[in-house]
Amino acid sequence: MMRELGAASDDLAPGAELMEGASTVLGLPSDRRRQALAGMGRPLVLELFAAMARLRAFDERAVILQRQGVIGTYPTYFGEEAVQAGSVLALEDRDWLFPTYRQNSVVVLRGCPPEVPLLLWRGNPAGWHDVQALHTAPVCVPVATNYPHAVGAAWGSRLLGEASVALAYGGDGSTSEGDFHEACNLAAVARAPVIFLVTNNQWAISTPLRLQTRVERIADKASAYGMPGVRVDGFDVFACHLAISEAAARARSGDGPTLVEAVGYRLGPHGTADEPSLYRDPESARRWDVWEPIGRAGKALVDAGLASADELAKLGADAAAEMREAGDRLQDFPVPSLEEVAARVYRDTPWTLGAEGLREPTFGEEG
Amino acid sequence: MSTQVTMVEAVGRALGQVLEEDPRAILLGEDIGVNGGVFRATAGLQERFGPDRVVDTPLSEAGFVGAAIGMCLVGLHPIVEIQFDAFVYPAFEQLASHAGRFRWRTNGAYGLPLVIRIPYGGGTKAPELHSDSPETLFSHTPGLRVVAPSDPLSAGEMLVAAAACGDPVIYMEPKRLYRRSRAEVPDRFQALSLDRAQVVRPGADVAILAHGAMVEVAMGAAEQLAAQGASARVVDLRCLYPLDRDTLLRTATEVGRVVVVHEAPRHSGLAAEVAAILQEEVADHLLAPVLRVTGMDMPFPLFQLEDQALPSAARVVSAARATLEY
Ligand SMILES: Cc1ncc(C[n+]2csc(CCOP(=O)(O)OP(=O)(O)O)c2C)c(N)n1
Ligand SMILES: [Mg+2]
Repeated sequence: MMRELGAASDDLAPGAELMEGASTVLGLPSDRRRQALAGMGRPLVLELFAAMARLRAFDERAVILQRQGVIGTYPTYFGEEAVQAGSVLALEDRDWLFPTYRQNSVVVLRGCPPEVPLLLWRGNPAGWHDVQALHTAPVCVPVATNYPHAVGAAWGSRLLGEASVALAYGGDGSTSEGDFHEACNLAAVARAPVIFLVTNNQWAISTPLRLQTRVERIADKASAYGMPGVRVDGFDVFACHLAISEAAARARSGDGPTLVEAVGYRLGPHGTADEPSLYRDPESARRWDVWEPIGRAGKALVDAGLASADELAKLGADAAAEMREAGDRLQDFPVPSLEEVAARVYRDTPWTLGAEGLREPTFGEEG
Repeated sequence: MSTQVTMVEAVGRALGQVLEEDPRAILLGEDIGVNGGVFRATAGLQERFGPDRVVDTPLSEAGFVGAAIGMCLVGLHPIVEIQFDAFVYPAFEQLASHAGRFRWRTNGAYGLPLVIRIPYGGGTKAPELHSDSPETLFSHTPGLRVVAPSDPLSAGEMLVAAAACGDPVIYMEPKRLYRRSRAEVPDRFQALSLDRAQVVRPGADVAILAHGAMVEVAMGAAEQLAAQGASARVVDLRCLYPLDRDTLLRTATEVGRVVVVHEAPRHSGLAAEVAAILQEEVADHLLAPVLRVTGMDMPFPLFQLEDQALPSAARVVSAARATLEY
């Protein structure tokens, strides 16, 4: 589904040239766009919208909680809801997700209570979600180190004769790390059913894309490993859903990995501790706001007659209430003791983390 | 002339001084240029010295630490910033397999004038892997020097010395102290020896040995001990590899009771090394076993538990009391 640039694409905006070659639904001429959305069906498009609304509400609540001092530094993903919702909903529950800090709340779309990822940013061990129940790896902080894990999960599931797929998230910056290259190569060689979903938001903290790589399209990197690389409008939840569905179908049918580049722009700061005006012009950054994915999707759904503005507003309001309530539960959430956490490091806790190891000083009672 | 600066400002000034005095010095790291580093240690330096000397690298620790080794071969003097403690791990291969072995591989002829700056340690309510204390990984890696300042002046003096050292120096910056206080520093830092500990508080009953952010904790403990009538000497180890053997032995001999504090995990930690040296060399002078107050043998806990996990003045006091009452 290639973009057709033209007058009919009513929301073409600054940066549109970067979307060239990226698959799109929202960028189609309006009649074809309505057709494509109707083809996806009202239940799915509404589900995608609702998922974005929940991710947004989580993110907004987290930023408020950070300002209130209830949680610590928080990496907002404002504007990246389309990639996250589109990808999670394109996969089945048995498929594995490998999120980074930036996708810290995707577990919520798999049924995890939202207070769990919020607690992680509050520094409470109760913030670690149930990895096996959710088929979602723990939030990964060291950039690119989650890619090889996804390869192993995918490869392993193929060896076990299961048809489950693994998807690893990352950013434009992550493609500069060795782990990204090793993972891509290994996946292609092993024909692992894995999807590398790189959200190209054009910034790695203060480092712009042009200082990160000399290729203009991250998807082009795929050819070096012998796998397909596709680009998708990362602000278009419907296109993201289609692109990941296709990559998952390929993976399931035994055709191996796909590199998906979701083209976008980091609309917000890197995180709550970041001050983007130090390194990018606020004016030109603001020009990207028209791509904001929820408003854009909502407009298209109303235009296609698939939803009413009221109904969409209610989804947003419900999500905001859900996340506010989750936030309200944080302060009273019990914190385990250090001794309890020490007993969670090994299956059989060694003496070093038992009573003798934790006691200080290690002599003296009799002395 | 002298000025009051924070530790992170002292680091920035020292880097500016090195870039000014040594035309072959070059800074590499993530977000160190326009943004001035996530801690703002390099703020203003790219403006002053240009993007070829203060380089924003791609996100690629193994790559730019490896490249820094190559730069040394052609005569440059790279100073690399690792953004946070745990993000040095991708570069460990380059440091362990190459940086520490280079002079040895050239039979002593050529060293690598390389500095790796690593903001490290807990106590800042940071997310996972932003609070590690990996100094022992490096002090256990032959061929590397490892240092950690504890105040603005030592930060500047040791950084200038590290840049002039001629062998790879792992320069650990206790980020929790970056903006803790201001101190008088001169216009130009003098290079401080890279193998000297510093007595930062005199005392005769018990000695507390610490480095980085733990020096502050040790000073707090000494204060409390003083109120209880015990005089504690505080030694800032500063040089973690090699340790300052003379100061260690003199301290143990003169004081007889020693407590070693670090936030890194206990097992195979620096405190174990200090205790081993003391019992090998001056066992007869020890009036009590050497005690350790350290982090735990577990991943640094998420931050709601960090204050409990980090050595506190109270824990140091109780260890000191135990040696006094032994
Ligand atoms: C190995 C490693 N080095 C450095 C960091 C610090 N860091 C956190 S996020 C980030 C930028 C990542 O950029 P990108 O991959 O584009 O993802 P984005 O943050 O834009 O989602 C950096 C350098 C890290 N987390 N891990
Ligand atoms: Mg990015």
